[in-house]
Amino acid sequence: MMQFIMTLPWAIMLILFPLTGAIISFLWSKQGNKIGLVTITFVLISVIFLAWSIIEQDVYLHTIGGWDAPLGINLYADGLSLVMLIMTALVGLGISIYAISYFSADQSKRFWPLWLLIIAGLNALFLSSDIFNYYVALELIGLAAVSLTALGNTRKAFLGAMRYLLATLLGSLLYLFGVGLLYHGFGSLDIATLSRNVQSTPVLWVSFALMGGGLLLKTALFPLHFWLPPAHSSAPAPVSALLSALIIKSSFYILIRLWLSIFGPLGDGTVESIFGLLGAGAILWGSFQALRQTRLKLLVAYSTVAQIGYLFLAFALAMSGGSIAWNAVVFLAFSHALAKSAMFLVVGNLLRFGGHDEIIHLDRVAQRLPITTAAFALAGISIIGLPLSGGFIGKYFLLESALLQEQWGFVIILLLGSLLSAAYIFKVISHFFTPSSTPHDSKIIPANMEWAALLLALAAILLGLFSSSVLSIVDIGSPFELEGEKL
Amino acid sequence: MISDNLIPLFMIMSSFLPALMIFGLAEERKNLRRSLNLIGVVSTLAFVVYMFSGVYQGHHYETRFPLLPNIDLVLLAGPIALFFGALSSVLWFLTTVYAIGYLEGSPHRSRFFGFFSLCITATLGVAFSGNLITFLIFYEMLTLVAYPLIVHRGTEESRLAGQSYLMYTIFGGALLLLGTVWLYTLTGTLEFTPRGFIENVDEEHYFALVSIFILLITGFGVKAALVPLHGWLPLAMVAPAPVSALLHAVAVVKAGAFGIILVVYEVFGVEKAADMGLTQPLAVLAAITIIYGSVMALYQDDLKRRLAYSTVSQVSYIILGVAIVGPIATIGGVVHLVHQGVMKITLFFTAGNFAETLGIHKVSEMNGVGRRMPLTMTAFTIGALGMIGVPPIAGFISKWYLGLGALQADQEWVILILIGSSLLNAGYFLPILYRAWFLPSPEKWPHEHNFGSRETSLMLLIPPLITALLALIFGLLASSPYSPLEWVKLIASREFY
Repeated sequence: MMQFIMTLPWAIMLILFPLTGAIISFLWSKQGNKIGLVTITFVLISVIFLAWSIIEQDVYLHTIGGWDAPLGINLYADGLSLVMLIMTALVGLGISIYAISYFSADQSKRFWPLWLLIIAGLNALFLSSDIFNYYVALELIGLAAVSLTALGNTRKAFLGAMRYLLATLLGSLLYLFGVGLLYHGFGSLDIATLSRNVQSTPVLWVSFALMGGGLLLKTALFPLHFWLPPAHSSAPAPVSALLSALIIKSSFYILIRLWLSIFGPLGDGTVESIFGLLGAGAILWGSFQALRQTRLKLLVAYSTVAQIGYLFLAFALAMSGGSIAWNAVVFLAFSHALAKSAMFLVVGNLLRFGGHDEIIHLDRVAQRLPITTAAFALAGISIIGLPLSGGFIGKYFLLESALLQEQWGFVIILLLGSLLSAAYIFKVISHFFTPSSTPHDSKIIPANMEWAALLLALAAILLGLFSSSVLSIVDIGSPFELEGEKL
Repeated sequence: MISDNLIPLFMIMSSFLPALMIFGLAEERKNLRRSLNLIGVVSTLAFVVYMFSGVYQGHHYETRFPLLPNIDLVLLAGPIALFFGALSSVLWFLTTVYAIGYLEGSPHRSRFFGFFSLCITATLGVAFSGNLITFLIFYEMLTLVAYPLIVHRGTEESRLAGQSYLMYTIFGGALLLLGTVWLYTLTGTLEFTPRGFIENVDEEHYFALVSIFILLITGFGVKAALVPLHGWLPLAMVAPAPVSALLHAVAVVKAGAFGIILVVYEVFGVEKAADMGLTQPLAVLAAITIIYGSVMALYQDDLKRRLAYSTVSQVSYIILGVAIVGPIATIGGVVHLVHQGVMKITLFFTAGNFAETLGIHKVSEMNGVGRRMPLTMTAFTIGALGMIGVPPIAGFISKWYLGLGALQADQEWVILILIGSSLLNAGYFLPILYRAWFLPSPEKWPHEHNFGSRETSLMLLIPPLITALLALIFGLLASSPYSPLEWVKLIASREFY
């Protein structure tokens, strides 16, 4: 029986379930909540079985229709893909549980099909192994995300969505140009084939500039982050959560894959240094801006800008530091997804609770919404990188890597970033305890909205406790080995 | 048969799980909350006592859990861990009883007692850490779970106090993390070892080691309130009295001092640290803190603030004992961890009683309070005299060994510091005793509660009486077996060749 279950194509189901769910919830829009919950549960189950089979039998490879690359489409999942899929399923579950109570009936109709489409796109992306499929998934995710951003139906939401639309379209376009050049130059779309064929020619680096530029824009790396704060802060809470937690990570994931397999081994260190500098800039600028904000939702959005910076520091540190820095990236991306989605859900609760998100006018939140408060505090611990949380493990690895290489500049950036993030997180928390000068009555927040946030935040903390298991999963198929060989 | 190696984990869990359950309780479930509290306290104590007797018979208790490649989470019941662990769990027991009495009828008790329990979870974790990373994790946890207690009252004043507390401690935590990871890159291990684990580090890393020492000591110095890192402590006095008692005598401040002890003895090794020239500056810093804290205490009219500055001064006795370098000074310093604990907690309990019963917050309001509350004031008197160093109270033993140790290590200047500090201690405690016992009481107390025939509620009265008694016993019976002093002698024998 178990043998039979293991042989089922769980990876394909990871794409088919949400796709089917999206179609059904579109056709039968009254039952969106139920369809959504059922679908996300199936996705979670599929991920569990896929994880099980990958842990038992090593890397997953499936050739759809029996056609191997370069002609056919391959589904490929190693440890890195698996962690990303688990991240998507967990955050997806949290956001879905939250969303069933958050949206009005009218918004709910439009939310579920788009959201399930995004999950399908993300899963497809993390399972792909060729650069054109990446493009398809990326475009699908991007367009659905823009539509969700505008779901709030306010002028501000439209403006934010508009800016986001332009950024994401420009990003995809640049990426597509790069794909074209690469295909033209080296005759394949399959990453494994490309990684064997590429040579350091001008074509290669022009295509990298195009693809990389597009992906950086989508990942909102400083100074290309201009679109992120308005989009993430004007969207409805669950949408902000999924934008910050998942969408950003999808383009970053492609960048990592391309870098490790195709461009990284041929580079001379310039790109890494630039990424490191931009990352450092993002950490300082994002944290500084977050500290200045008076509205909670903008603060959380700028915090994302800063946290993206940490992901890029890893490029510079991995250049001669090997896989410690890449492991750091996995923990930072995963824990940020959990913690930041929890934070945006908390903001959603507070907006409903008091009707505003002015930080200094928060009114006795700790007393009246203890679960929401706990969610914010735990998520904050992970974002700051306090022990013991997923964020701590990530920052610990980065710090260790920087110290091993005696990169004192990065050491200072890392510490400064943590101190600044502690400053803006605790600025918020301290106002949770005090009454406001304009007190207001408490409005009831549905239990599932409070608990969804708390469970996501708790998962970010537990990620730190179970770091050794996560590391052993990441190691499957040694996704970071190529870079290691360069040493 | 339960594996011995899980006992430290069970001990930690026996305050952690009740804390989680208490968070879930509705405000009015008073009895269930008390039961959970007491079950947690008693089972924690039972585990500590069990391990105490086990270690005497040569058993080994170690919980190990992989965290990162080559780095484990380790809880280990060594002599020094049990020493601090026993102090924390006994005083926590008394503080819990006191807090139940003190907070009777006030709001948000579930939150309060939940975090109160988590504080002791973190403190015991700190005490039983088998390596620096485990220590760091529980130490940071302590930073965080103490925060809601400090801002418990939810006023603007407490918010600002909490803010300053966090600014100091998070900054200290960042330095600690840097020092720890840096040390790991040099040594490849972080396991606490008697006489330290850095002897294999190359000479060329001398500068790095000195920097690491400074980083770690500065990081811990924030909580141990070493001047100039003490600014948060007097502000944190806005917290309720049991919290102040816990912060000063058991948890936060002590964790900092305990961290310094571990860095000197079990990370660097005290003799190695002395060879590197690191302990002398630390001794000077401790001496400055001792004098500075005492001088500042002289000028405080607010009773709790006076006690807070007294803590700043007294905790540095521990650090001074460590930094003098020598077995006898070590005994004096480390034993003060317990002696200062029981004496200072007595003072804070009694200060809380004066505030709760009579509404007295200031030294200038304390005229004649001895006749109104004789038992409470007796406890206060024992604590205060012990702080001054009057024999036969525990504080005298600490100062005696510190003095002897200084002479043994040819550091005669320390004697002057001890004398000066004792005079200053007398300068700020004796006037209080004089007022309380010999001046006539005012016609009306600022804000009096009536407790019938008793001077105050029993739950507020018994804990300080017990701790005052302990302070006396620890002094009187200092050289009997099982006394803190004898236990510390065992610890000191491990740290010197």
